Amino acid sequence: MLKRLRESKSAQGTLLALPTTVWLFVLLIIPLILTAVVSFGRRSPDGNVIYTFTLDNYIRLFGYSTNCANGQAACFDPLYVNILLRSLSLAFNTTVLVISLAYPLAYFIARSHPKQRNTYLFMVLIPLWTNFVIRVYAWMMLLRKEGAINIIIGWVMNLLHIPFTPLEMLYTPGAVLVGMVYEFLPFMILPIYTSLEKIDPSLYEAAADLGANSIKTFLRVTLPLSMPGVVAGTILVFIPVMGTFIVSDILGGRQVILVGNLIQRQFLDARDPTFGSAASLILMVMTLIVTYFYTRKFGFGEEIVVA
Amino acid sequence: MNPFRRSPFVIAATVLVYIFLYAPIIGLILYSFNASRANVTFEGFIPAFSDRVVMDGSLVKSSPCGPFHWYCELSKNRDVAEAAGNTLTIAFTATIISTIIGTMAALALQRYNFKMKPFSQLSLYVPIVIPEIVMGIGILTLFSQVFGWMNDTLHLVGSARLSLGIMTVTASHIAFMVPFVALVVQARLTGFDKSYEEAAMDLGANEWTTFRRVTFPMILPGVLSGALLAFTLSLDDFVITFFTNGPGSTTLPIYVYGLLRRIITPQVNALSTVWIMVVFLAVLAIQILQNREQKKPS
Repeated sequence: MLKRLRESKSAQGTLLALPTTVWLFVLLIIPLILTAVVSFGRRSPDGNVIYTFTLDNYIRLFGYSTNCANGQAACFDPLYVNILLRSLSLAFNTTVLVISLAYPLAYFIARSHPKQRNTYLFMVLIPLWTNFVIRVYAWMMLLRKEGAINIIIGWVMNLLHIPFTPLEMLYTPGAVLVGMVYEFLPFMILPIYTSLEKIDPSLYEAAADLGANSIKTFLRVTLPLSMPGVVAGTILVFIPVMGTFIVSDILGGRQVILVGNLIQRQFLDARDPTFGSAASLILMVMTLIVTYFYTRKFGFGEEIVVA
Repeated sequence: MNPFRRSPFVIAATVLVYIFLYAPIIGLILYSFNASRANVTFEGFIPAFSDRVVMDGSLVKSSPCGPFHWYCELSKNRDVAEAAGNTLTIAFTATIISTIIGTMAALALQRYNFKMKPFSQLSLYVPIVIPEIVMGIGILTLFSQVFGWMNDTLHLVGSARLSLGIMTVTASHIAFMVPFVALVVQARLTGFDKSYEEAAMDLGANEWTTFRRVTFPMILPGVLSGALLAFTLSLDDFVITFFTNGPGSTTLPIYVYGLLRRIITPQVNALSTVWIMVVFLAVLAIQILQNREQKKPS
């Protein structure tokens, strides 16, 4: 047995990879399969799962309802479809905003003197490593009616002698958007910086020698070469935004419900794991489709591991 | 053309983004010295020696800890101490296990050919492309179904009953940490010069000695940065922990989230400030170590 192991390279490889593969199989792959199975099941009266095969959960998710206003037997209820669409559009808006904020900063750091780069990166890492929940809480404090933003605006208005009533900013879709952008900004800065830093400076000289001005150089040299970073950052931002429920929970209150909140409530409050599983399967399929088409169009770099 | 030239637009945007990144953190720290109990409005700093009357006429009691009143309260809070203990226990255990098995997997995937290789490699990407909440509820379903079934068939009663706790959180953390360790170490192995190992073998070292004396020291920086990444991922994790923790296994993020949904006192700010300071010192230490590593002539 041992002798065979010593001689067979393939057996050695299998043995080395075995713990990880088994662990991931049991705690990632099996749970995914189980979620799929449960999503076709039915909820028992005490909140357990009855394993059968029914598409009821999916039909309900896509708007089929028997709770109709004017006595109809069935009608279209857009509640869950709207939640899905809202999550998609929020993820899209967040990603676009994050790219437009992260790019100039990453560009600034990449164009800094090498000795200063570590300091600037350090300043990005501090907010990144500060706990996710704490960062949402920080925005809750800023956005409240009595929060810092209203206090500062109040001061300015007072100086200008303009009457001012504090703005209601917390528990609005805008608050959720700001919170999401804040949470995921560092995940975009780091990969973009990595791909910008890799660009050979002689390419800029070559572009200048060929008569390109700085805008043209940026558009024809810098931007295309930094795309792998933007793609990696997009994956690191878009996917978690689709599934996050804390930001909308704390900054959106009951006003902004996303797929993440829907799933969480099915498991903890409503106690309908079958419907929650169906929703999370749809969430997974949506993110996989977006990721697949996006990476097929732009490629998939090693930058993803850097952050 | 000066490669370090940056346009005024870029500089202005950078300053604004840094303000955006730091304003919430600074606000959080300031409020941890708030004299107001309810943390709704900022009523100035807590006086150290004598009581003081604030704007709305109420009395602000002085605290023996002075402006650090909320930090004193925090240090007396048993729930926080327990949550901090849980967080560190889980992070250390999960980091050690995921670093060992993740490094083994990286070596296997980079060096060997075996039947299940494509499957092993593919499974590493699962946590990256699938939202955490999907993993979280999947693992929750698995544990609750398996535990329920085992409790029933084995007729387990009382404390012998299987339930969610530190073990389930740790096991789930390992599941999402291992891929990151393996991918970081794999990236390190890609640029690995095999001639060192061949030289060691030529000089008569066997495979194990070669690994111990040549390969391992060379990949050690990769292993350490993988471990560090895994450790921070575990400390920071909310979603997976949220679905896999049980009574007695509350971690700090879960504890803070619980507070946010109920009443908030400046104690939460004090806790956040301590956390931010720890993160600051940790990141600083890593930067200094890395700089030293780079300066070392090799």
